[in-house]
This record gives sequence, C-alpha cells and structure tokens, in this order.
Amino acid sequence: MKRHHLCVAQFAVWLCSAQLVADEGVFDQYRDLMGDENPAVFIVDEGEELWFMPGGPESTTLEACDLGLGPGITAGAYVRFPRYFADTDAVMDLESRLVYCMTTIQGRDLKTLTAKPYSQRGDFGTEIEALVTWLAAESEGATIAPEQTHAAERAMFNLGEEIFFYRAGPHDFSCATCHEQSGMRIRLQALPDLTSQSGASEAWGSWPAYRISQGLVRTMGWRLRDCFRQQRWPELQMGSEVSVALQTYMAVNAAGGTMAAPGLKR
Amino acid sequence: MKALSKGIIITLLASVVTWTMASDDVEAILQNSFVAKNQATMDRLERDAVQAACSAPRGMPLNNDMLTTLRQERLKAVVLPANSQYLGDWQRGSDVAGNGRGLQSSDDPSKPNGGNCYACHKLAPDEVAYGTLGPSLTGYGARGQSEAMLKYTWTKLWDTHVYNLCSHMPRFGAQGILTEQQLKDVMAYLLDPASPVNKAVE
Repeated sequence: MKRHHLCVAQFAVWLCSAQLVADEGVFDQYRDLMGDENPAVFIVDEGEELWFMPGGPESTTLEACDLGLGPGITAGAYVRFPRYFADTDAVMDLESRLVYCMTTIQGRDLKTLTAKPYSQRGDFGTEIEALVTWLAAESEGATIAPEQTHAAERAMFNLGEEIFFYRAGPHDFSCATCHEQSGMRIRLQALPDLTSQSGASEAWGSWPAYRISQGLVRTMGWRLRDCFRQQRWPELQMGSEVSVALQTYMAVNAAGGTMAAPGLKR
Repeated sequence: MKALSKGIIITLLASVVTWTMASDDVEAILQNSFVAKNQATMDRLERDAVQAACSAPRGMPLNNDMLTTLRQERLKAVVLPANSQYLGDWQRGSDVAGNGRGLQSSDDPSKPNGGNCYACHKLAPDEVAYGTLGPSLTGYGARGQSEAMLKYTWTKLWDTHVYNLCSHMPRFGAQGILTEQQLKDVMAYLLDPASPVNKAVE
C-alpha cells in the first residue's frame, strides 16, 4: 500500500508536468510504466483510504455505513447490489448508497457530492469512483447474487426490463438495440448480450474498469450514462430510478457469474 | 349472458387501464431520472407510435392489425426526392457513412450529422472497422438502378419501418437525421458502380 501511495504521488507530479506539453502520448508512457498491472490498483487503495479517513463536518469515517451486510462490512457487499434498504425505503445501487452514507454519517452536502459524480477526461477520479472501485475489489471472485427477496427489488427488475426495451430519441435507440443479440459488434467493439446470463455477467462483473483510452476508472453508473449519451437521450442522473432499475436488470441477469472487477478496458 | 359480457368488458377495460397506468409510470420515472443536456432535450423521451409499438420486450406477441396500419401510415409519410433525382455524390456519401457524430449532447449542432452506416454494416470491402448488427451491404450496387430499386432503397433509408417494422435501424429521413442531399449522397455510395462499396478489393 505504501509503495502505491509513493507511486501515486510521483505519478501526479509527473502527470502535471507532462500535461504542460499535453498530448495523447502521456497515456502511452503511462501504460509503458505500468507493464501488465491494472492501474486501477491505485484507485482501489485510494478508495480504501477514503473509507477509513475521517471526513465531512462530522469528521467521521464511513465505517458505520451499512452496505447491506451490516455497518462496516465491505467484503462481499458489492455483489448483493442493487438492494432494498429499510432506512431509506428504497432500492439503491452502490453509488447512491455511498452518497447516503456520506451525507447522513459524515454530514456532507448532497448537492456538492452529486454535482459531478463522474470525472471528466483529464481529471483525477472522484471520491465516489474510488470508493466504488475499492468496494468492487472487496468482492473480487465473489458470486454475483443481487437481492431479489423484497417486492421492491422485484419491481425494480421489472422496471429495468421495461426501460431496457424502451425506444426513444431521434435515432429510436433502446438498450436492446445494441444489447439483445449475441456475437454482434459496433464497428470493432464487441457488444455483450445483456439479456443472457453469460453476456450480463461478463459485463456486470467487469465494471468498474480502468479505461485506458481515458486514463480513468469508470463505474457502471458512468457506463450507463455514456450509453444514453450515445442513444441521443438526455443525461442519466446518478442514483436515479432508471439507473438503479437498469443495474438491477443487469445484475439479476448476471446472477451466478463471478465478480472480476476492477477490469481493464480499451 | 348480459352480466357475463358486462364482466368481460369491465375486465378488458381494467386491463387497458392497468397497462396505460404502467406506461404513465414509466414516463414519469424517465422524466425524473434524466436532465436535459445541450441539444439532448427532455422531449426526446416521449415516444411516437412507432417507438411505442416497438418497445415490447423480445418474444412479446404484437398486434398484427395495428402493425399493418402503422406500416401503411409510415409508407404514406415517405417524402421522395423531386423528379426522381435519387443519386448524389458517392464520395460525399462515403463521409456520411463513416461519420458517427450528430445529435448527441456532446456533438456540435452546427456540424452536419453523420449516418454512421459503418457502425452496423459492412460496406466498402477494404474498410475493416465495420459493425455486424445489420446485414453486409458490400456490392449493393449489383441490384441495379431501376426506378423500383431506387424507390425501395430511398424508402428504406427514409423510414426502415415501412418494410421491416421494429427494425433496429434509425429513420434517417423521417426523423430528420440526414438532409435530402445527404440521403442522395448515401444512395450514390450504395448504388454507383464507381463507389468503393461496389468495387472488388484487388
């Protein structure tokens, strides 16, 4: 862990100087530096640090946060999401659960936290991205098994299915346009069939992922938002009902698969 | 008997009401889950008749009468080019076929939209970065340039649902994605014997 922190510090200094001559080559140099290792390891460490670091007006850590398995239990929590929480009477994805904990436990401001949940190219990752990445790593190798015992969780799956096939926008695109057939691709990009167990588990189990082309770790919430951008729809909001519903649809279809995140993608 | 038919009518009405309510719910949920961004405005989440009819999950039975009516309506709405001038410039058509931008919140609305044909179709045989969601169109020009063929191809590009209701393909003319001139250029890219689409690779 110490070694990684040193690397992060060195890398930050080096990146800042490299950005003065800003060009795409910066990421090539970075990849050469990394070898076969997934750069997401840095973000995993950062997420762990954020969990145990006192923060917000309350100056408390997130250890009292209940991710569904009890306060502070992080191992194996990711693979049970999205799930129903009695304290909010809502089905939540991990991202919105983290926001809930940061506002209620640390006393942090909801608007500030949700104003920019996903980083943009050239930024350092956000806190939410780092925490989600670490929590995914805390479930690495675990079986994907989202909760479907509560009626609200089953309703969320049904809503997700309905939205998955909902065609709208100037191009008439739905999620299904690209993701209901196997073995297809857009240009050279392979498309997972999210209606099948194998396709859904491959996709659900490999996010969050480090995107080499962007130099950032991306979460499933970001992946969905960017899909809708390409669908020519307005912008999907983090933790919204549509986001949670689609994640539920995908996670339930993926049930039985193995969590392999954080992944490494193009 | 009267009571029975009354019961059936009530049941039918109830099922229609339930279905409508579910649909309204989804629309409200969508409105609460998205925010307008640049040119991607919230009205894009409202569905027209084609979109609503084609949003059924895979395997759901569709109403054949409704589909036939819808197809006829779509055919009536197709706008053919004046004086049967279907063919533009295949070189400009090539640019339209390769351009994936247009109408996304991240796109510059002052620039022309692309047709992004290569996202889903194989066209010129020497372009290897093609998608496979649609059929290969390599050698499409072998079909010739009869009036019927020109009209068919134009209609397919204008509104795919005329021939293949609930096809995944966008309605490039009907939805105003491409201009009439761009459509003519894509027509030439598909049908002109000089277009790379119709040239064998050496």
